[in-house]
Amino acid sequence: MIRVAEVLLLAAPRFGAGLWGWLRALAGDDAYERFLAHHARSHPQVPPPTRAAFYEERERRKWSGVTRCC
Amino acid sequence: MMHKLWGVLLSLVASIAVGGIALHQHEPINALWLVTAAVCIYLLGYRFYSAWIAAKVLAVDPTRATPAERLNNGRDFVPTHRVIVFGHHFAAIAGPGPLVGPTLAAQFGYLPGTLWILVGAVLGGCVQDMTILLLSTRRDGRSLGQMARDELGPFGGFAATIGTLLIMIILSAVLGLVVVNVMKRSPWATSTVMATIPAAIIVGLYLRGWRPGRVLEASLIGLALVLLALFGGSWLDQQPTLRSYFDYSALTLAGLIIAYGFVAAILPVWLLLAPRDYLSTFLKIGTVVLLAIAIIFTHPEIKMPALTRFIDGTGPIFGGKVFPFVFITIACGAISGFHALVSSGTTPKLITSEADVRLVGYGSMALESFVAIMAMIAATLLDPGVYFAINTGAGVVGAAPEAAVRTISGWGFPVTAEQMQSLARSMGEHTLFARTGGAPSLAVGMASIFGSTFGRGFLAFWYHFAVMFEAVFILATLDAGTRVGRFMVQDLFGQLWKPFGRTSWYPSVVLASALIVAAWGYFLYIGVIDPNGGVNILWPLFGIANQMLAAIALTVATGIIIKSGKLRYAWVTATPLAWLALITTTAAWQKIFSADARIGFFAAAADLAQKYTAGTLPPARAAVAPQLIFNQRLDGWLTVLLTLILWFVIIDMMRVCVRRMRGRPVLASSEAPYRLSRLAAGAVSGGR
Repeated sequence: MIRVAEVLLLAAPRFGAGLWGWLRALAGDDAYERFLAHHARSHPQVPPPTRAAFYEERERRKWSGVTRCC
Repeated sequence: MMHKLWGVLLSLVASIAVGGIALHQHEPINALWLVTAAVCIYLLGYRFYSAWIAAKVLAVDPTRATPAERLNNGRDFVPTHRVIVFGHHFAAIAGPGPLVGPTLAAQFGYLPGTLWILVGAVLGGCVQDMTILLLSTRRDGRSLGQMARDELGPFGGFAATIGTLLIMIILSAVLGLVVVNVMKRSPWATSTVMATIPAAIIVGLYLRGWRPGRVLEASLIGLALVLLALFGGSWLDQQPTLRSYFDYSALTLAGLIIAYGFVAAILPVWLLLAPRDYLSTFLKIGTVVLLAIAIIFTHPEIKMPALTRFIDGTGPIFGGKVFPFVFITIACGAISGFHALVSSGTTPKLITSEADVRLVGYGSMALESFVAIMAMIAATLLDPGVYFAINTGAGVVGAAPEAAVRTISGWGFPVTAEQMQSLARSMGEHTLFARTGGAPSLAVGMASIFGSTFGRGFLAFWYHFAVMFEAVFILATLDAGTRVGRFMVQDLFGQLWKPFGRTSWYPSVVLASALIVAAWGYFLYIGVIDPNGGVNILWPLFGIANQMLAAIALTVATGIIIKSGKLRYAWVTATPLAWLALITTTAAWQKIFSADARIGFFAAAADLAQKYTAGTLPPARAAVAPQLIFNQRLDGWLTVLLTLILWFVIIDMMRVCVRRMRGRPVLASSEAPYRLSRLAAGAVSGGR
């Protein structure tokens, strides 16, 4: 019993973090972090846009095509 | 071995469930039969049919680098885990369509609609979505219109563009009408829905100024705000003066929605559209999950018969026989051409591996089809008499409650005025008669399901929650549709006069938005003044337009499959194409040539014109008769146009295919050249 509780307690934070990560990815909450990682890999010499600028550009791009259906 | 075992087991359960449905035809059936049959059929289709199509027809190749990998820019081309893409894609394709269509089609009984939702999705809709998704992925995420132009020629591309624009206009009008019908003379619903606008703006400001891009926390704040609005609406409904400020007629509401649509289209996206969409997506997914749990938990009995007398074409909600009109009424949920626009464009740019198109394309559509099944359950668990009383326009059964219940009971679906009165009171509404459009009866159905799961005392809250949920994402679809329409108009006119094409030039923005809003606003206005409810005209027109777009998508897919030398597999897309061509043409034929005024547009116009000149119309009807007559004719000509476009595209495709088979030159494939995927190479060693 104690062993099970111990395992669960130890696994809970990891499980929670995993779930949170999935939720963020699904909502697009982590888009900027992902972009920064990509930016650092592909052209590190150019300063990346700010979070606000990135967000605004992303929304504008998203809503200039068909992204919602009937 | 395990796979075969699974297949056998699934087939067994599916056949038991389908058999159960067949045996129960003359007695009430439990909703769980439908749920079980549906889930098994989707799993079978996914496990076997989609795998076969991926392997044989589309020759899906996981070693081939996708545009997300080749063109990765960290912005719109981003390799994304397939489960996340599935979520994004499902959120994009699932709109109000699969909720409204099945609700209206329930007038034929639960069986025709349910069968079409299942068969149509597994053999048609899912196949279309997955095929277009792969074809677009192979072409750097090009749109359906571009693919039609590249593979068939300029005519195909032009037809797809016009089809898209028309469907956008008709869809926006019919959705606006649905929202008007839930809000008319309902201060609670109106105030709650209105309050979602400032709520969305607060979220928008938060996301741009205060905590940029923190979508999750902003959405949580937004959700709290709209729930607050829900309770606020309930309080407001009790205040005599305050409630009168939100007590509008349908016509006023239509005017407000038109004004709102115009303002929303010219505001920057971050202020209203994007935050509203985050709210609507959360509400949508949350409610769908909640509804699935509640249906399984309460496993309600279906009270609607399997087939009603209205399969003969005399249905009060919309005219026309079960063939072809059940297939027109239920587009989304079975097969929806609109999905081809999402499957080409946004989603392909996120696909990491070609193998993911099965889950994302086929899987998302199967889930959307399941939403349609749930809507069918919510509509058919109501007493049929109640269902018809809510969904039938006053022009059909009379405006007085006594007259309405007498007519409906006379059809063999007993209902009393007291029953409707007490139902309306328990839902916190003044009346539920003649609330056409499907959304109100869906809200009553959902409230009953939620009420018996989470406590009967909150029926009125659940009803208005359902109303708000529908209105929020209907308005999101309306905003998005108007904006896309605006871009298309700007693009179209930009070819004639350069400055008009600049999407950020304000005069062009305002003019193009006004054009689009005026177009759907006109149909919305006519729908509101139509005593038969308007939905009976607009929804079939929307269905024809949507099925036509699906047929164009399947035509493009069939053409590409034949051009790639796979003639023997062309039936995979050609069969649903043939079926769609048959049903849309039959429906259009009847809509154009039927002498029955309840079906034919021109017949209805002639009938009304004759009564108008004879002076036999009641004064209220006579006042709007000229507009109704003009509109019926316009709808008739629109149907002619849609049918012609469809057949021209099909013939164009056949021309290309015949040339290909005779060995004559055709347009070269626009597929991007093969490149080995590094991600796939990594996947072999490390797993994805």
